Amino acid sequence: MADNNPGQAQPKGVQTTGHVWDGDLQELNNPLPVWWTYTFYATMVFALVYWIVYPSWPIGKGFLPGMNAITYVNADGVEESWHWNTRAKLLKESQEAVIAQKPYYDKVASLPYDQISKDPELSSFVVSAGKAVFSDNCAACHQAGGQGKVGFFPNLTDDDWLYGGSYEKINETLTKGRRGYMPPFAEALDQTQIDALANYVYSLSGGNADQAKVAKGKNLFHSDTAACFYCHGDDAKGRQDIGSANLTDKVWLWADVPGLADDSAKINAIKTVIAGGLNKGVMPAWEGRLNAEQIKLLTVYVHELGGGK
Amino acid sequence: MFKNFKHEKIETNAGLLLVLTMLAVSIGGLVEIAPLFFLKDTTENVDGVRPYTPLESRGRDIYIREGCYTCHSQMIRPFRDEQLRYGHYSLAAESKYDHPFQWGSKRTGPDLARVGGKYSNEWHVQHLIKPKSMVPESVMPNYQWLQENKLDVSDIGGRLRALRMTGVPYSANDEEYQRNVKQFGEAVAKTLHIPDALESLVAQAQSGNFDGDRSSVSEMDAVVAYLQVLGTMVDFSKIKPEDLVKFR
Repeated sequence: MADNNPGQAQPKGVQTTGHVWDGDLQELNNPLPVWWTYTFYATMVFALVYWIVYPSWPIGKGFLPGMNAITYVNADGVEESWHWNTRAKLLKESQEAVIAQKPYYDKVASLPYDQISKDPELSSFVVSAGKAVFSDNCAACHQAGGQGKVGFFPNLTDDDWLYGGSYEKINETLTKGRRGYMPPFAEALDQTQIDALANYVYSLSGGNADQAKVAKGKNLFHSDTAACFYCHGDDAKGRQDIGSANLTDKVWLWADVPGLADDSAKINAIKTVIAGGLNKGVMPAWEGRLNAEQIKLLTVYVHELGGGK
Repeated sequence: MFKNFKHEKIETNAGLLLVLTMLAVSIGGLVEIAPLFFLKDTTENVDGVRPYTPLESRGRDIYIREGCYTCHSQMIRPFRDEQLRYGHYSLAAESKYDHPFQWGSKRTGPDLARVGGKYSNEWHVQHLIKPKSMVPESVMPNYQWLQENKLDVSDIGGRLRALRMTGVPYSANDEEYQRNVKQFGEAVAKTLHIPDALESLVAQAQSGNFDGDRSSVSEMDAVVAYLQVLGTMVDFSKIKPEDLVKFR
């Protein structure tokens, strides 16, 4: 090694560990750099200060709470003070945010729905704050823009509503949730009957169906055998009080009629729904998760997505 | 004494170095960990927390088997942004029956501590089979086999007995059952009785119909039952926020 570095100076005035390898290989024992040593002492001083200011040492069955305090005025107007801790800090920050948003939420709570959307300042609050609440809670199912998902979750941007598109109905849906249900007809009806019904349902929204089957399906629809009219109504336009679908428009939720290529595939999709029924279409109730003002905010937001009535 | 002391003495004596290192390290443990066992307020005393039912417990096993915890934490921290997105911060009491707990600091996906009730069962089923079909920007992999696999229920009793050994109050005899009735009420106590575990598991899967198929109990049934109970046991509307601050 030394031969490879003939010009290397021998260390002078530095202690070695005393070990020698290969005749001349030594290990230096330099002291720690001064800046390092003082930084180390500084961290000790910092720790001492930290122990005094923030909660630190456990003592018996308690702990040193620290000198730092968190003080704020709570919702009842009473001043609260706690030793510093993250839970109290959260309470303080939440309370400050509540106070900052209070003028808007008070207006949202007190004004009737249509005035909220007419007030330019409030409606911009609804769009920004409502979008945040919608993205966190609703977008997973109804998608980011509220366009829904055929086969799973309704589109909120069109004017077709299963349970009603008025402010009051949207609010009810949000608060209490919904549960869609249609019984399966695979056992009550035979294949030709289901085929006829599917042709009739397809024809209701202008689909190109077999006319003989349509006539047979129409009779079945209004008969006590299939009794479709019980829920979907005599005019097949659905009943919003029980959430049954309007079969006469071109909006489809469960059978992907618009997405399928030809008439027979579309009719098959309708047959699947009639035979298997629906035990899905569950909208969770949000009253325990969101407060009344947030739900009202969302009501206006969803109403303004395009389809509100 | 310190005049003659040289650090070299420690560094050149392996035995002494070992003993002193262990001493230094154990101070950290003694100061940081030991007091938690004596502080009365470490685990808040809140109502509603119960052990998982047999079906939920099997769902949790599958959650761990599939490594969900590598991307999802179950610990909402007391920060405002987390409270707005996920809900009330998690309490120690809420994971007191979790062995092992599912806290964590690695979030590739969202925190799941309060996912229960947030989405419908069918959303969970579709989302687990193919997450991108529900959330286009998701990077979560597909877990389609959960729906295809029948749930292995052959060892449910053994699994609950193992949890019982760690202190989870599943009841193995009548005396323990009566104790559970007092603590949790009869309906819950029945689901915690190990001799009836299989019966309870099948009954919950049938009535809950979590995967939309009542003909058999799939792994999907168990996972969705588990996800739907997460964070729903404590009713925070009955707790004053200030009452939780005093525990810290």
